[in-house]
Amino acid sequence: MKKVLMGNHALSYGAKLSRVQVIAAYPITPQTQVVELLSEMCADGELDAQFVKVESEHSALAASIGASAVGARTFTATSAQGLALMHEMIHWAVGARTPVVLGNINRAMAPPWSIWTDQNDSLSERDTGIMQVYCESNQEVQDTVIQAYKVAEKVLLPCMVVLDAFYLSHTYEPVDIPEQKLVDKYLPPFNPPYKLDPKDVHAFGGLTDAKWYYELRYKIESAMNRAREEWKKADDEFGKIFGRRYGLVEDYRCKDADIILITSGTITGTARITVDILRDKGKKVGVLKIRVFRPFPTDKVREMLGGAKKVACIDRNISFGQSGIFFEEIKSALYNSSHRPPIWGYIAGLGGRDVTPETIKEIVKRTEESDRPEDLIWIGLKK
Amino acid sequence: MRLTIPEEEIMQPGHLACQGCGATLAIRFVLKALGRKTVMSIPACCCTVIDGPFPYSAYGVPIWHTAFETAASAAAGIKAGLEMLGDRETTVLAWAGDGGTFDIGIQALSGAAERGDDILYVCYDNEAYMNTGIQRSSATPRGAWTTTTPVRHPKDRPKKDIIAIMAAHRIPYAATASVGYPEDLIKKVKKAKASKGTKFLHIIAPCPTGWRSRPDDTIKLARLVVETNVFPLYEVENGEVWQMTKKSKGTPVTEYLKLQGRFKHLKEEDVNEIQNKVDREYEKLLKKCSIDSKQ
Repeated sequence: MKKVLMGNHALSYGAKLSRVQVIAAYPITPQTQVVELLSEMCADGELDAQFVKVESEHSALAASIGASAVGARTFTATSAQGLALMHEMIHWAVGARTPVVLGNINRAMAPPWSIWTDQNDSLSERDTGIMQVYCESNQEVQDTVIQAYKVAEKVLLPCMVVLDAFYLSHTYEPVDIPEQKLVDKYLPPFNPPYKLDPKDVHAFGGLTDAKWYYELRYKIESAMNRAREEWKKADDEFGKIFGRRYGLVEDYRCKDADIILITSGTITGTARITVDILRDKGKKVGVLKIRVFRPFPTDKVREMLGGAKKVACIDRNISFGQSGIFFEEIKSALYNSSHRPPIWGYIAGLGGRDVTPETIKEIVKRTEESDRPEDLIWIGLKK
Repeated sequence: MRLTIPEEEIMQPGHLACQGCGATLAIRFVLKALGRKTVMSIPACCCTVIDGPFPYSAYGVPIWHTAFETAASAAAGIKAGLEMLGDRETTVLAWAGDGGTFDIGIQALSGAAERGDDILYVCYDNEAYMNTGIQRSSATPRGAWTTTTPVRHPKDRPKKDIIAIMAAHRIPYAATASVGYPEDLIKKVKKAKASKGTKFLHIIAPCPTGWRSRPDDTIKLARLVVETNVFPLYEVENGEVWQMTKKSKGTPVTEYLKLQGRFKHLKEEDVNEIQNKVDREYEKLLKKCSIDSKQ
């Protein structure tokens, strides 16, 4: 069934189709419609779940983790300041190996107050061990939630499904909502190997000294590593049942491209259109969208970028004192690779500033004309 | 003789508590009252450590260790999850110290109480951050020494009235208890278990390490704190019906204070002031319980 949905509602539908059992969430612009629709679904009995209407995002994730620990499938959603407040519990979800799925609407961090998109909120959680997937369409948002449970419950790590504020969260697009029985076939009920159970007494997360902590961290990294393969498998199986595949990365006209643009989120669509325009003018340009950011698709990135003459990375985020974060990641993925194209790092669209085809043309032009790569170029900066 | 305290020991030997630890007694009694169908949510506190290091666990029921401010919210999630999986019987016990309850965890606790999440929240109160080395909390009594309220500047603000705060949420049951009166404590745990919604127990748990008292004085102190009206035993139902559960002996506070090194810097006038404040608070409490002290 096709419905015209806003991005936020695509998250809600993804959760509903995944038959989540416990939802714990707190409202924050621009996430509110996610939880509003889920509240209605729970109230109407359309979704058999308990919605714990917590008093903060910190409690939202603490409650989600608790519910996941006993073996319930759990969902939460937030944005920006809310995600920052959850930070401690994101570490907790990872260490406790609870596969909570968290929808995050990318919103710029305050101050000054901003409700518009950029990625510094989610990317600040880069090193926690939560998986991160960046979406560019509402269809992808809904489908990614379902895939996220598939992978998260396999490797026992939480997963963040990320979408841009307003450009996606509040934009209406047609979304194919699959039949429940097909989703059930794809996603069996959550049945974790270890759970908090009064019939089986264990302590979870107690004081662990240096004799074991190190190995437990290794296990998290092993799970992340396995997750790369699991994302591929989950995506393939999803494709077979639903006819849609997204990949860990998605390339557009990269094969013979001299310049490859690196994008994530909604900038990708704009970049594709710009590539078509530039291709018509004879410029060999392509786009590589990074969809799965954690685990980072290092091999895929090496494979896709190995043949490019130049790479231009567009970051809607900034690691102050360094560069764009995707840029850093791409660069570090390529460093130990035999083919290392020069790479230019562009900052664009912070705080929801529009990234238009003109912005992208400027990025391509600047990359074309430059013969020395630069780490940090602010595009469209007011002087 | 008929035993009123269940015989079965759920908590196992081998825990890591200090000698004379009141908190450990509290866990032992509360678990005796609740039985094995219990899951505990424990934030950072002494009891995180007392249970034993990985892979050991002494409490005898499943333990969910959680972040400092999340005893109540994690418990709420655990309860919701269990219910969704068809288990409506297991008691979810949030077990936090005074720091995790009065200070950092009060927001999550207030949230759970307002929602009426079906959990039993127990605050074992040793009146300071004992696990980190005796720093003052908002449960530290006026006049007490701690490492952050040195004797040149002891705590000059009263302890938060946590039961009044919880009663103001109109939860079905809130009560104080002392490890010095286990029958009363166990009765209250059972009463709490029997009602639905958020239940709150405030258990005074002497801490020889932090109170600078003798380990073998723990029970004596846990009784004196009640007998002196410093920590009266009472309960509140639905935020409305206040009731004393132990009659006052009106023992002078100095009997309680003098056994503890944390009060040894107090001068006679300080003790008198504490006595006056205790008397006044007790009068107020009697009024809430509709008891005339002159009766």
